[in-house]
Amino acid sequence: MNNKERQELAMWAVEFAKKKGASEVAASIDNSRSSEVEIREQKIEVIKESTTNGLNLNIYRDHKYSGHTTNNLNKKDLEKFITEAVEATKYLTADEFRALPDASLYPTDLNKDLKLEDKSYNTVAPEQKIQIAKEIEQIALSKSDKIITATGGFWDSYSESVLVHSNGLVADRSSTFFGASGSVTVRDGDARPSGGDWAGGRFFENVPSAEQIGANAAENAIRKMGQAKIDSGKYDMLIENRTASRLLYMFMRPMSARSLQQKSSYLDGMLGKQIASPLLTMIDDPFIAGGFGSRLYDGQGIAAKKRVMIEKGVLKEYYIDNYYGKKLGMTPNGGSSSNIRFELGSRGFDEIVKDVKSGIFVTSFNGGNSNSTTGDFSFGVSGFLVEGGKIVKPVNEMNISGNAKEFWQQLAEMGNDPYKYSSWLSPTLVFNDIDFSGL
Amino acid sequence: MKAIINRRDFLKAGTVTAVGAAILPHVLSGCTTGPAKIGGDMTIHDYLEHFGVTEQMIQQIIAEGLSKGGDYCDVFFQHSIGNYIGLEDNAVNRAYSDISFGVGIRVLKGDQTGYSFSEEVSLEAMKSAARTAANIANSSATVEPVAFESPKLPNYYKINTAWEEVSINEKIPYLQQVNEKVFALDGRIIKSNVWFNDETSYVLFANSEGRMTCDYQPMAQLSVSVTAEQNGQKEQNYFDYSGRRGIEFFTPEAINTLATEAVKRTVSLFDAVKPKAGELPVVLAAGSSGILLHEAIGHGMEADFNRKETSIFSDKIGKKVAKDFVSIVDDATNENIRGSINVDDEGNDTEKTYLVAGGTMESYLHDRISAKHYGVKPTGNGRRESFRHMPMPRMRNTYMENGPHKKEEIIESVKYGVYAESFSNGQVMIGAGDFTFYVKSGYLIENGKLTRPIKDINIIGNGPKVLADIEMVADDLKMAEGGWTCGKNGQGVPVSQGLPTVKVSKITVGGVNA
Repeated sequence: MNNKERQELAMWAVEFAKKKGASEVAASIDNSRSSEVEIREQKIEVIKESTTNGLNLNIYRDHKYSGHTTNNLNKKDLEKFITEAVEATKYLTADEFRALPDASLYPTDLNKDLKLEDKSYNTVAPEQKIQIAKEIEQIALSKSDKIITATGGFWDSYSESVLVHSNGLVADRSSTFFGASGSVTVRDGDARPSGGDWAGGRFFENVPSAEQIGANAAENAIRKMGQAKIDSGKYDMLIENRTASRLLYMFMRPMSARSLQQKSSYLDGMLGKQIASPLLTMIDDPFIAGGFGSRLYDGQGIAAKKRVMIEKGVLKEYYIDNYYGKKLGMTPNGGSSSNIRFELGSRGFDEIVKDVKSGIFVTSFNGGNSNSTTGDFSFGVSGFLVEGGKIVKPVNEMNISGNAKEFWQQLAEMGNDPYKYSSWLSPTLVFNDIDFSGL
Repeated sequence: MKAIINRRDFLKAGTVTAVGAAILPHVLSGCTTGPAKIGGDMTIHDYLEHFGVTEQMIQQIIAEGLSKGGDYCDVFFQHSIGNYIGLEDNAVNRAYSDISFGVGIRVLKGDQTGYSFSEEVSLEAMKSAARTAANIANSSATVEPVAFESPKLPNYYKINTAWEEVSINEKIPYLQQVNEKVFALDGRIIKSNVWFNDETSYVLFANSEGRMTCDYQPMAQLSVSVTAEQNGQKEQNYFDYSGRRGIEFFTPEAINTLATEAVKRTVSLFDAVKPKAGELPVVLAAGSSGILLHEAIGHGMEADFNRKETSIFSDKIGKKVAKDFVSIVDDATNENIRGSINVDDEGNDTEKTYLVAGGTMESYLHDRISAKHYGVKPTGNGRRESFRHMPMPRMRNTYMENGPHKKEEIIESVKYGVYAESFSNGQVMIGAGDFTFYVKSGYLIENGKLTRPIKDINIIGNGPKVLADIEMVADDLKMAEGGWTCGKNGQGVPVSQGLPTVKVSKITVGGVNA
């Protein structure tokens, strides 16, 4: 099936559901093809190919709502599936806010090219992917005789989807992705710390050299040798750009309309107020060419818009989805994030670290969580002790704890080095006086 | 290399697809043939009919899989039906369902794996997937068809009524009762969310060695999340019941406990404090604290990590790792518990496996590949998320057996420490051995007594060190009641865990510095 045929099937599903008694219907049909290969000891450890299909149907029957998915797209089976789905919906309680988004929120221009699809997807030969993975392993292994084992990997996917809403939306999109990775385990006394690296993008040409990935993977493991926890205390904290999203992600739940409506957001009532250091400006930008989170419309069919979410520390917007927006009497603006970028500082990590007298450079998070209702958080971390502007030794098995309300005010510097292999384009971040638990 | 465990996986995923919804008044079949029968009494013949295949077709698929010289081939048919109903703002106003149907085909050549799957069960589509998986080998071979035999399997999850026979209008009152109870219990409650989800999976498995098995796997979960407000301060917490259960499990007593526990765990947070940062004695309450075992030792004992020498436990078999009274098992045979399986996802018999017996490291958790690598019998730990995924060594129900101490004497032995009671998630770095788990609620222990509540702290330790630091084990083993989902290499599988009251002499606890 191609997107045109998928669109026809989705339109048929919408009409069929209406015939069976639905008042409004949204139907999306997705198809994803992917392949992955993992190399160890220069042999294929795993090779996998897959194709998945899915129909997702949202049914509104006199303001009663239900959602259904199936991977069986056989029309005859779908007739039964849709009939039962519409029938089941009547047992639910009617909710006046259950309705499709207002048609005025749908995208008007679906032709803008966000550079998300590599048209030459099919021309990348399996042997080429296997070769990249083999080279990554080889390069990683060559970096140290302490390495116990290394793997190289390559994966790619081609995704297509169509979305049809009964009140006037018909849209489709396609995207591709290519990624390569390396992982390395080293012997370090009794322990076997591991490290890895990956990189990729929408186009095959976005995959950097095997040399870069293999070397980074090895370095990320080797630099952990001798890691140990250090004394508990308040330290300045630097966060590596590629891991900073773990902390920034804490904003997502409390910024959602659902959390506001369900009284489980510490950011309730904070619109227009200072919730972070004036250094923090956070922008949701769906239109970055080739961006990991780029899109013209979201999963609810609402047109994407560039939005400043936090400006110089002041909360400017929430993420308002269709249902909870209606429930709160707020205009829906899309309920999820696309790409997140930041107003950048003037220095990169190498410059920033020189000014740190005593701090911890966090390079990885290990578990932990945050509480959207109260702002409390606690995360396991590992990284490096920094003294007198230099990295001194690796540390691990420590926790950071605090409350988001104070924590974001402690932000002291934004780097100029955004991480590019993510929809969260965070630079290096610096915080003052963070509670670390260790010994 | 890391692995995670989560409660409330469907909330985190935030989408419909993570869970299903058994909302339908009638049987929702979603497959071409439609099941002639449903539930746990089906025979292999019924399963073949259910999936619209014959033994001859399966023989042809296996022959195709081995046509390039592979050593072994298996096929895994699965049909799963999930249903989910939600109550919010006093109304049951949302329901979701999810149907998934297909066949996974795996070919092995030594330790190497070729994998593919098809969402269609036509002979042509299945043979095409088999040819893809066959590419792990690169010679050619012709195989004689093997005759299939089906062993008699135990049934660890007998339920009275198949979930497909329970209609949405029968389930709705359960959500309403929990909701009413929650608001009746405490005037400070301002919001209550209740979810009811069930899933049914039909699995048919066959391999090139002539083994054919089938299994009917039910799952149910009833959850409630509560928000309370007092003097402008808001707190939220959660409680749930999950297991391979039928609707008969959700008795009025269970509904009552569910609501009572959720409210108690929420309102206690108004007085919660944070402990001192640093290494502290930690007492783990009986029950879901088994998360400690899952992270500290369970993942590290999964034999794929050891085969590749990437686990901190890679050379520990036969070695003394804990005190004599410490025995840790991973068990597939607990009745109606969430991680139990009658047969694993590569057709192997399941069992109760000792990871640690009397303080000594006993066995890894094996799948087919690792058992062959080590020359041992598989332990029945080969599991997968669905037909779209290849099996790996995974835990089932991981718990510690009872020890010689009493809960009271354990708490009395601590001068200043933490009593950890409920958790949301955990994680482990397999090679370094660092593991963490996040404490949603518990208490400070001061001078041998539980005093002020604590909340929202992460605990981080090192697997082998913490095993050696287990100082006391009580005689009150309890299994977790809630729904835990373990994630590894992108695959989620249902698990459970359990623990008697246990004291660890020191672990690093998140907190505040003076």
